[in-house]
Amino acid sequence: MENLIEVSDLHKRFGSLVAVDGVSMKVARGEVLGFLGPNGAGKSTTMKMITGFLAPDSGSVRISGQELGANPIAAKSRIGYLPEGAPAYGEMTPATFLDFIGDIRGLAPASKQARIREVVAKIHLEGVLHQTIETLSKGFKRRVGLAQAILHDPEILIMDEPTDGLDPNQKHEVRQLIREMSPHKAIIISTHILEEVDAVCTRAVIIAKGKLLFSGTPPELAARSAFHNAVTLSVPAAMVDAVEKSLRAMPGVAGLEQGVGSDDHLRLTVLPKSGETLFPRIRQAADDAGWPVREMFVEGGRLDEVFRSITTSTAASAGGHRS
Amino acid sequence: MNRIGTLMRREFRGYFATPVAYVFIVIFLFLAGIFTFYVGNFYERNQADLEPFFRYLPWLYMLLIPAISMRLWSEERKSGTIELLMTLPVSLADAVLGKFLAAWLFTALALALTFPLWLTVNYLGDPDNTVIAAGYLGSLLMAGGFLAIGSCVSALTRNQVIAFVISFVICFAFNLSGFPIVLDFFRAWAPAVIVDTISSFSFLTHATSIQKGVIDLRDIVFFTSLIGFFLYANMLAIDARKSS
Ligand SMILES: Nc1ncnc2c1ncn2[C@@H]1O[C@H](COP(=O)(O)OP(=O)(O)OP(=O)(O)O)[C@@H](O)[C@H]1O
Ligand SMILES: [Mg+2]
Repeated sequence: MENLIEVSDLHKRFGSLVAVDGVSMKVARGEVLGFLGPNGAGKSTTMKMITGFLAPDSGSVRISGQELGANPIAAKSRIGYLPEGAPAYGEMTPATFLDFIGDIRGLAPASKQARIREVVAKIHLEGVLHQTIETLSKGFKRRVGLAQAILHDPEILIMDEPTDGLDPNQKHEVRQLIREMSPHKAIIISTHILEEVDAVCTRAVIIAKGKLLFSGTPPELAARSAFHNAVTLSVPAAMVDAVEKSLRAMPGVAGLEQGVGSDDHLRLTVLPKSGETLFPRIRQAADDAGWPVREMFVEGGRLDEVFRSITTSTAASAGGHRS
Repeated sequence: MNRIGTLMRREFRGYFATPVAYVFIVIFLFLAGIFTFYVGNFYERNQADLEPFFRYLPWLYMLLIPAISMRLWSEERKSGTIELLMTLPVSLADAVLGKFLAAWLFTALALALTFPLWLTVNYLGDPDNTVIAAGYLGSLLMAGGFLAIGSCVSALTRNQVIAFVISFVICFAFNLSGFPIVLDFFRAWAPAVIVDTISSFSFLTHATSIQKGVIDLRDIVFFTSLIGFFLYANMLAIDARKSS
């Protein structure tokens, strides 16, 4: 595969604070990398180094096979970047702003106009085209930032929290847009929304305190969850104690969690010991005992729980953030 | 070149997107009129020239040019657009130059709008228009010098008020260094070399000779190298402080 982004062993400090500590990653054409990590983990700082805004203290960034420092202008013209907070010139309107970006990106006048129309339609900016950006709502500002980032149809797209502040419909559309673009591009998005990783990313990377802690596909990430292959079922509240008792006694069961249910039913989640498959066994038990089970399904794993366990584990905190 | 032009146009339009441009121009013209006609005793002098106007212009610039230059980079840093700008395919030099040229063009526009003064002296008498043209050239160069200083200072802070005050103080120093009172003060105890060095950095000294119609290459070199120096410092300042 053709690696459009290659980052190796990036380091960045701000004074005594180590913001990025040896991060390496590769993103090939066709991949969407979800960049995860708690607040202050160093995601934005890493992105700033990949896009050439900040110079790393050490380590290298290669864009389409070329060292970033060797020809920053050429590298920057291949990248579309949505910085954190989607900064834009407040006194401009989306129309004049996109026109400016098109000029700076060197689009020819005719194709620039066509491209602006296309992007405006895709991101639904028609209604606010001639309103100054400083008076736009947060979500529309973000959309202007998105439009700016994809205007020149870059092969590399780096977006820092692209769906932050968007309404659910827009979130959905932006994800769809990312999916549509993904076959031809190498994309990195940072996000705090874990379902987004499932929805659009081909790979997930987790960092905390500047250190890379996980890199793999979303299913691999989910497989790290204690809830991976757990079975959730809901039974009438009156029967919960009996059901719970026999489930706990079942071989291969690591634990049991009670959740909320609806109209007199309660949800029970049965956690497997590692490598065990519980579903057939539980279904058998339910049939045998005649439990009136209303629903029953296997969980793939809970990303928020894995995220928490990865980023708060001792490995993450033993790193010695300040030095 | 293209990119410098694009950046310049954006910046230049930015002045007119807010009341800044209009307020500046009105105040500039108003004060220019006051200085020329009242403080400068335009009528009492009974001479058809713009000497009073050019004499007070350095002081007017000292006050007003920092107001134009203060937003050049502080605003980019404050609003975070510097991150956008610096990740577009433009070099730092392009960005610094594009913004500087926009501000310079704007001061040139304000200067050009003083043309009624020129019409007035031509109506009242028979002035030497080449001297006046030289005066305008000298003033424009001086404006460029002040702007380069202001642009550099605005790259050092995200606070426009601080940028204004510091630029003002530096411009003041550059003006003062040619003032007889100041030079006399130094002459009393400092060796002549130092006095001459201080005086040679004075905007007043260099601008005055041009404004008298004497276009000396040394004065032009002074202003262009001063602009070059501060714009280069401007680039270093951005590089060093863009992230903080
Ligand atoms: N310019 C700067 N000067 C000093 N410290 C900085 C600077 N930029 C970032 N940091 C610090 O570096 C660390 C990483 O910040 P970064 O913005 O990369 O985090 P993040 O992962 O993007 O967080 P979030 O999810 O909140 O956006 C933080 O502790 C932050 O305070
Ligand atoms: Mg961030």
